[in-house]
Amino acid sequence: MRWVVALILPLLIGASGPAWSASGAGGTLRVGVLIPETGYLAAPARFMREGYMLYLAQHGNKLGGRDVQTFIGDTAGNPSTGLTQARRLVEQDGASVLFGPLSAAVGSALVPYIGEHKVPAIYPIVSADDLTQRRTSPYIVRTGWTSSQTTQPLGDYAYKTLRYRRVATIAYDFEFGWQSIGGFVQTFQQDGGTVLKETWTPQTTNDFSPYLSQIPRNVDAVVCSFSGSTAINFFRQYKAFGLTMPLVCQGNATDESTLAATGPAAIGVVTALHYSAALDTPANKAFVAAYQKAYGHVPSYYAEGTYVGAMALDRGLAAMHGDLSDPLAFVRALRRLSIPDAPRGAITLDSYGNPVENVYIRRVEQTGGALANVVIHTYPGVSQFWTYRPQQFLAHPVYSRTYPPCNGCGAH
Amino acid sequence: MTFYAQNALNGLAYGSLLFMIAAGFTLIFGLMRIVNIAQTAFFLIGAYIGLMLLHAGVPFWIAAALAGAAVMAAGLLIYRVFLHRYHADELTALLLTLGFALMLDDLALAAWGGDPQSVPPPPAFASSVQLGPLVFPAYWLTLIVLSALVAAGLRLLERRTMLGAVIRAGVDDEEMTRGLGINIDRAFYVVFALGAFLAGAGGVLGSPITGAYPGLDGDLLPLAFAVIIIGGIGSLEGAYVGSLIIGLVSTFGKALFPELSYFTIFVPVAAIMALRPQGLLGRKR
Repeated sequence: MRWVVALILPLLIGASGPAWSASGAGGTLRVGVLIPETGYLAAPARFMREGYMLYLAQHGNKLGGRDVQTFIGDTAGNPSTGLTQARRLVEQDGASVLFGPLSAAVGSALVPYIGEHKVPAIYPIVSADDLTQRRTSPYIVRTGWTSSQTTQPLGDYAYKTLRYRRVATIAYDFEFGWQSIGGFVQTFQQDGGTVLKETWTPQTTNDFSPYLSQIPRNVDAVVCSFSGSTAINFFRQYKAFGLTMPLVCQGNATDESTLAATGPAAIGVVTALHYSAALDTPANKAFVAAYQKAYGHVPSYYAEGTYVGAMALDRGLAAMHGDLSDPLAFVRALRRLSIPDAPRGAITLDSYGNPVENVYIRRVEQTGGALANVVIHTYPGVSQFWTYRPQQFLAHPVYSRTYPPCNGCGAH
Repeated sequence: MTFYAQNALNGLAYGSLLFMIAAGFTLIFGLMRIVNIAQTAFFLIGAYIGLMLLHAGVPFWIAAALAGAAVMAAGLLIYRVFLHRYHADELTALLLTLGFALMLDDLALAAWGGDPQSVPPPPAFASSVQLGPLVFPAYWLTLIVLSALVAAGLRLLERRTMLGAVIRAGVDDEEMTRGLGINIDRAFYVVFALGAFLAGAGGVLGSPITGAYPGLDGDLLPLAFAVIIIGGIGSLEGAYVGSLIIGLVSTFGKALFPELSYFTIFVPVAAIMALRPQGLLGRKR
């Protein structure tokens, strides 16, 4: 907390001076960072803050050639709190760019406000599909990913490389779970696979035993999508209840922020994500080394996400020569950006404002005394639309509990 | 068949976990008329303290006892300084305990961070047991037995000891008990301490199942309320039966009607409230 005070105090002292807009080319750039510093998302939020701060520290606290003043708004993972904080950052602190948040619910709640106030926003983490698909905003650039972007390749990998033919799924019963599982089901079924059962668990589930008892045992693999403490409990109980089918999951489930706490129960799980701290490239090795030096632990995808978000903000602003007076022009410049040297690999943005980037198939292995997401395959340059044409993809409804329909449910 | 047997065991284990919270909840309310919202926060704090001790190499069962003692000390402090003035003033006491629940929550976040922690069961019980076609974690079976023992012990305490007699008298008619010259205030302290101890130690014992993370207390609180309403407020046997019912109903609800799993536990609650408002084993007041 102390550093928040350190950032805000000078502002309070300086508040007696004349109020002026900070959106022009000169002067200090005020960035409003929205993260859930308290509440159930506090753990990944810490990584978000660290990634962003690391980039600033490495670049002399400058973005696009301008000095940066950072204001933090604590969303607590709650949409209405997030909206209030966004208002505060923009209207009181004079932030001319918004950066964040974490949860898809908060991210979606901010969209109308961002549009009304014409504040450019960078979404480094929020992955709700439609933000860059069917309900895009001209003021938002996503530097992260969509929920189904990583699982569409995973479905393909499970069928073609792992040669699984029949699977069951189990995931969170809300947007993120539906969309990440939907992506898997779409490509896996299209390749020829059968999905025998889909099980959805409430967001606050900590006792998985009743759901585990529903999973059919005659499947080649079980597909999961969880995160945080939910993922820890899921993996441990999956093992404790004697389920032995291989697990294939969306990558958040074994994110570095929870992997150590999950322990041996996660070994062997195959996942897909656009990042792994174990990625063996010079750019990532340099990032991981700097991060470990600064914070004493390995980064997670949340940390790399805000690091790259800050990188995009830096370069987009530089392309505008530091001028933010036309937010639409700034967002267009951001969308033209290509970032060849991100820790996760090269990124370009599509015209919907979403990255085209590598998706890594990882397997949890014990390396050097710690668990790591070892990369076993790379799908290069994956679009949020997978291999479909955007128009063709967008003609379908967004992935949900019922779409795509599960082709083997009720048949076993 | 396997499916039902498996879920019956699951439900019993989950109910056993709930009893650790509900026992203190019902004792405290029965005697002092304090709805202790902080009971699940005690559970969470207990889990975190236990985890800290486990990391320091303390054996599991001793960690549970120590965490229980630490939470008991904190509970006594809260009771001595704030709550004891309000034991007949239900609304004030409720708001006070709600305030403490929120504070404990944030303290836990500040002290242990937001990282969700998972707690390994004691090594001797870490394996799974094969029961015919069923595979069941040994620790969950242990918890069922342990919780039954705690219930039996509490019942003995209530029925067969002087303290138990004072508690029963206080539950029935506090004024009359005082009038007879019995120092019931001492029983208040003992009961509050016992409730806090059970929740704190229960936090450690339950944490291999629930994990420890910010918000765990809020997840468990509605379940604890449901247990008390079903079992009957102030009744220890009711709390045990209620815990097992809620454990079984919520487990079978999730397994059979996953779409309705958000409110299956409130079906028996609604039924009890309509047909037997005092709860299964509670007495009319």
